[in-house]
Amino acid sequence: MNTQTLAVSKPASPRLAMAFAALLGLGIVVLAGHVQASAVHDAAHDTRHATGFPCH
Amino acid sequence: MFTRILTTALIAGAGAGLCAAILQLFFLQPVLLHAELYESGTLVHFGGPAADASPPPFSLDLMRDGLSILFSMLIYSGYALILVAMMSLAEEQGALIDARRGLLWGIAGFCAVQLAPAFSLAPEVPGAASADVTARQIWWFATVIAAAFALWLIAFGRSWLLWAGAVVLLLAPHLVGAPTPDSFAGPVPTELGALFASRALGLGLVAWVLTGFFAGALWASDPEASA
Repeated sequence: MNTQTLAVSKPASPRLAMAFAALLGLGIVVLAGHVQASAVHDAAHDTRHATGFPCH
Repeated sequence: MFTRILTTALIAGAGAGLCAAILQLFFLQPVLLHAELYESGTLVHFGGPAADASPPPFSLDLMRDGLSILFSMLIYSGYALILVAMMSLAEEQGALIDARRGLLWGIAGFCAVQLAPAFSLAPEVPGAASADVTARQIWWFATVIAAAFALWLIAFGRSWLLWAGAVVLLLAPHLVGAPTPDSFAGPVPTELGALFASRALGLGLVAWVLTGFFAGALWASDPEASA
């Protein structure tokens, strides 16, 4: 019984956590570094050039 | 697991991004501002008297530079999330993660994300002629993903076949070729463009090594360390 409770309360698969973290990171990089909407582009302009992203 | 990845990555990425932004303001921003004077036509270096090579005086723009700091911290936090996710995957498969190995992870990240695309698509100074931005972004992503996968195969692969596959992955984007402009029209002196590109790469190396180092150190010091 005890082991069953433990098994149920174990956190979700670590693989899922890794995939979700990587996707979140990718989203941030795309938003900050690649989205061409002019407000984001202008705000991130200097950093995009400095990090070597393709910029305008 | 997710909370551990998140906290490790956000602290490491924000710290490295902050360091990168400060270096950027001192070493890259003056070159960028100088180039923008040529981009806007305020300065011209052909067809008239020789252009004065002295850079404009150092200046800080609170709004503009503040945004640069913010976005640098954001971008490296994003990279750190991907890096730490990959570190935890490697750890699950038996690799050891600590501060010293974090340095290697950082160098690998730099090679995949900055050096590999820069080999055919050099960091652009403002005003440089370039191909369509969407085409360049697609090529950039394809190159970064191929290089990251190749470095993983080199680090963790155990056969000549996998290492040969890594070489193919590293070479292929450059054999295909990056999108190039139809004509050269950049008004910025090549001296500034070259300085900008090499400093951008140098800065990227520092930022990535710091990201990997911080991430490795934090990951190893976590009391929840399970492996």
